[in-house]
Amino acid sequence: MENQDVQQPVPAFPPGGPLRQPPASALAPFLPVLELRSRVLQAIRGWFVEHGFVEVETPVRLAAPALELHVDAEPAGDHFLRTSPELHMKRLLAAGAQRIFQLGPCFRRGERGRLHNPEYTMLEWYRANATYADILLDTKLLILAVARAVKGTTDLTYQGRPLLLAPVWERLTVAQAFLEYAGWDPVQRYDAARFDFDLVDKVEPKLPREVPVILTDYPAAAAALSRRKPGQPEVAERWELYLAGVEIANAYSELTDPVEQRARFADHARQRAAAGKPVYPLDEEFLADLAHLPPAGGIALGVDRLVMILADLATLSDLLPFRE
Amino acid sequence: MYSASDLRKGLKIEMDGVPYDIIEYEFYRPGKGQAMYKCRIRNLLNGNVTDKTFREVDSIGQPDLEEREMQFSYNDGEHFVFIENRTYEQIMVGAEVVGEQKHFLAEDMTVKVLFHNGRPITIALPSYVEKRIVVTEPGARGDTATNVTKMAKLDTGFEVGVPLFINEGDTIRIDTRTGKYSERVAKK
Repeated sequence: MENQDVQQPVPAFPPGGPLRQPPASALAPFLPVLELRSRVLQAIRGWFVEHGFVEVETPVRLAAPALELHVDAEPAGDHFLRTSPELHMKRLLAAGAQRIFQLGPCFRRGERGRLHNPEYTMLEWYRANATYADILLDTKLLILAVARAVKGTTDLTYQGRPLLLAPVWERLTVAQAFLEYAGWDPVQRYDAARFDFDLVDKVEPKLPREVPVILTDYPAAAAALSRRKPGQPEVAERWELYLAGVEIANAYSELTDPVEQRARFADHARQRAAAGKPVYPLDEEFLADLAHLPPAGGIALGVDRLVMILADLATLSDLLPFRE
Repeated sequence: MYSASDLRKGLKIEMDGVPYDIIEYEFYRPGKGQAMYKCRIRNLLNGNVTDKTFREVDSIGQPDLEEREMQFSYNDGEHFVFIENRTYEQIMVGAEVVGEQKHFLAEDMTVKVLFHNGRPITIALPSYVEKRIVVTEPGARGDTATNVTKMAKLDTGFEVGVPLFINEGDTIRIDTRTGKYSERVAKK
């Protein structure tokens, strides 16, 4: 017979919500997903430590956020909140770091939707003397390890459809995907206005959903901060990971040429000014360090979206308890 | 003209001369690309629903729409005539605009008429109307189940499924948006 006087230890964070009288709080339904999220973060950290990465923290307030065409930084006093920790992490690589990762908040002004929130958690990692192919191997191992750790399986279901994380990841070049689903090849002839539109309207909705998809080798004009492919300069060594049709991560063989980097920043500054968008100052320390950057691979992965998929939630609104 | 950042659920827009209502709206920005506005829109002329993606740089037409409260007057067989109470202005609305709602119209009922470029394109009835049943099988007294229905006919000829306890001569409340039975109106 049970002794009812003996107090059972109460889990700090009981699965399925509070044990006692449920408080009339709109936050209560979020407790289970917060617990899942916590296990995802632990699994991510565990994988990187196991693979010899060093966790770093770099500034959140930046004087000079990366000048990208369509990424808008949130002003914070006389600084900006970071849209990515990329520039600081590359400076650590230039200083000799070999394998580094970072988990932390990033901010993008004006982004709000099913898959967007102005504040979100980014996972970035970088490897010296590596390319986007090495980063792809990391990504596969990491995603499989995280799924096993938190779901006990790599066979997931997302919104009623299977999502099998192992063994095959479908690899499509941007040229293949556009020829197949949009009827033109943006690598042969790039059309900036049409590229993004057709990517969203025609290509992404048709990507396979049952397996992870790697969309790779972007037109050089959409290289962002990636290098051109050796021997095939019309494409950039950049890929994006899609899970269940949701864009999860963006990876590069990093651009290490300070002259080309400066030219790209200048081009983006010119286009942003023409579109009436704020133009951020150049990060001269980054550009100076870039000359010492070894060949490197790096990636940014949206942790909120990954948790959303693992938790089988339809929207970030079901994931983020304090969403405005 | 609207810019893409004006888009939101419920906004009325115009494309190729056709007015649309935005029924779903989502901000989306791919990877390093430009912002997109994914919308599900309803054609206000024929009710068809389609998906449409707008870019940040797009400008979008603003329709000339006006909504006026008017009273139903009569149906001359071809047109439905509505009157604005204050001005006594009369308008004629084609049967194709009124559609199935003709079964729920009653004299002096106040409806909202939506005009596009001065032309009536939709009418919106009150959400619920009360109608009298003229034909139905005899009611089963005491049977209060509402999940079993029988057919009943309104004085306008419209057929509606009603619970078994409804009798000829009863007045019922109908949801004009679905055309379905809602409840019996107590006898006065």
